Amino acid sequence: MTELISEELPKTRQNPFDPPAGVTEIRNKARISRLKFADGHLGWLVTGHHQVREILGSPKFTNNPEKHHVFDKRFQSDVPEDRRKAEPGMFLSQDPPDHTRLRKMLQGQFTVRRMNQLSEWIGTIVDDQLKHMRTFDGRADLVKEFALPVPSLVICALLGVEYDERHRFQEDTAKMLSLDSSFKEAMAAMQRIQDFMRELIARKKANPGGDDMISDLLATGEPTDEEASNMAMLLLLAGHETTANMLGIGTFTLLQHPDQLKILKDEPEIIDNAVEELMRYLSIIHFGPMRTATEDVEIDGHLIKAGDTVLMHVPTANRDPEKYPGNPDELDLRRPASGHVAFGHGIHQCLGQQLARIEMRIGFSKLFQEFPDLRLDVAPEDVPLRTDMGIYGVHSLPVAWSS
Amino acid sequence: MKISVDQSKCCGSGMCVLTDPDLFDQNEEDGTVVLLVEQPDAAHEATAKEAASLCPASAITIS
Repeated sequence: MTELISEELPKTRQNPFDPPAGVTEIRNKARISRLKFADGHLGWLVTGHHQVREILGSPKFTNNPEKHHVFDKRFQSDVPEDRRKAEPGMFLSQDPPDHTRLRKMLQGQFTVRRMNQLSEWIGTIVDDQLKHMRTFDGRADLVKEFALPVPSLVICALLGVEYDERHRFQEDTAKMLSLDSSFKEAMAAMQRIQDFMRELIARKKANPGGDDMISDLLATGEPTDEEASNMAMLLLLAGHETTANMLGIGTFTLLQHPDQLKILKDEPEIIDNAVEELMRYLSIIHFGPMRTATEDVEIDGHLIKAGDTVLMHVPTANRDPEKYPGNPDELDLRRPASGHVAFGHGIHQCLGQQLARIEMRIGFSKLFQEFPDLRLDVAPEDVPLRTDMGIYGVHSLPVAWSS
Repeated sequence: MKISVDQSKCCGSGMCVLTDPDLFDQNEEDGTVVLLVEQPDAAHEATAKEAASLCPASAITIS
C-alpha cells in the first residue's frame, strides 16, 4: 500500500476552535498515514476516531517515554537519555503491571459515587468564586478570577495542599507546559514542583491522619515516598491545568456561539451532554498522545512495526465524520457526543475524568445562571490563545456584564 | 442478553457507572467494576451495549 507521508505536522489553527485544517485534510485522505519525526524516524500519524481508540486500547502499544521516538525538535538535542525515563510513580508513562499497581491505589478515590458526593461542596466553591467575580466592577479576566481558581481550589483541598502555596506550583506548571521553554527550563520547573511535593509528603508523614487523598495514599503504606510524591505531582498538575483550560476556552466558545448558549440557558438540563460536546469539540490538546508499538501490529491494513512511534491527533479524531456524521465541525450541544477521546481511551484514560465532568457541569451552569448577560470585553481576535502551551486554551478571557 | 465483567482488566474510569448506574457500580476500595445486574431487561439493553463499547479497558462483554 502506498502511504501518505507528511514531512511535518500542520500546527497552525485557522480559528480558535478548530484543529489545523492541514490535519483535517490529511484525515480526509488517510486516517492512518506516515509522519517524519524530529529524530529522523518515519513514524505514524493517526487521525481517525476508531483507529485512535483501537491503538489506545491495545496492549501492543506502550507509553514508556524511553521507547518513543523524538517528535518534538525542542527535545532533540539537549536531552540526556536517562531523563527520558519514566520516574517512579509516574503511572501515566508506565505499562502493566507497574501501572496497574499504582493506578489502583488511587482509583477508589475517583469513583463516580465519590465524585457525585462532592457536588455540593464544589457548588459552594463555584458560588464563592462567582461572588468574588462580582466584586469587580462589571468586568474581569475570567481565567484569573474563575476558570483557574475553581479547579485549583478543588484539587488542592482534595490532595491536602494549602491553596496559599499555589505559587509553589502554578507558575512552574506553566513553565513545564510552555512550548517556548527549553528542555532545561522545563526540567528545572519540574524539579521545583518535585521538591515541593517531597516536602509535602514529609509533612504529611510527620502529621498522619489528614482527611485528604495524599494522607489516605500514605496510610496504605503501599507507595514508596518517591512514588507518592510523583503520584501527587501528577494529580496536582492534571487536576488544575486541564479543567481550568476547558472552563476558559469553553466559555469563550459558548460566547462565540450565541445560539448554542441560548439552548443551554433555556434547557439547563442538557448540561451533562453539553460538557461532553464541549470536550469533543475542543479536545484542549494540540496533538497527541503518543504510543510506540511493542510488537508488529496491523491496524486498518497498515503494518505498524515493533518500535514504530505513533502520534495520535485527538482534536481531529474527535471531528471524524465517521463517528459524528453530518456536521462534526459544528458545536451542537444536543448531539450525542459520548465516545469522544478527549479523556483518552485504554488503560491510561483520564483518572480524574469524573471530577472534571462535575467541575465543568457546575462551573458552566452556575456561571451563566449568575451572569446571564456575560459577554466578551475584547474583540474575539484579541483573546490570547495558548498556541504556545502543551495544553490549549486561552491565556486570559476579558469578560463584562451589566446586571 | 448477558453482561459479564473482568475486574482484572478494569481501570476504574467509571464510564459504565456514568452510562448506567442501574447496571454497574464501582468497588469503594480500588474503583473497579461491580456488576449489579447480569441479565438486563429490555429497557437497559441499549445502555448495557453502550457501556461495553465505551469501556476504555474492554472489561465489559455482552453475550
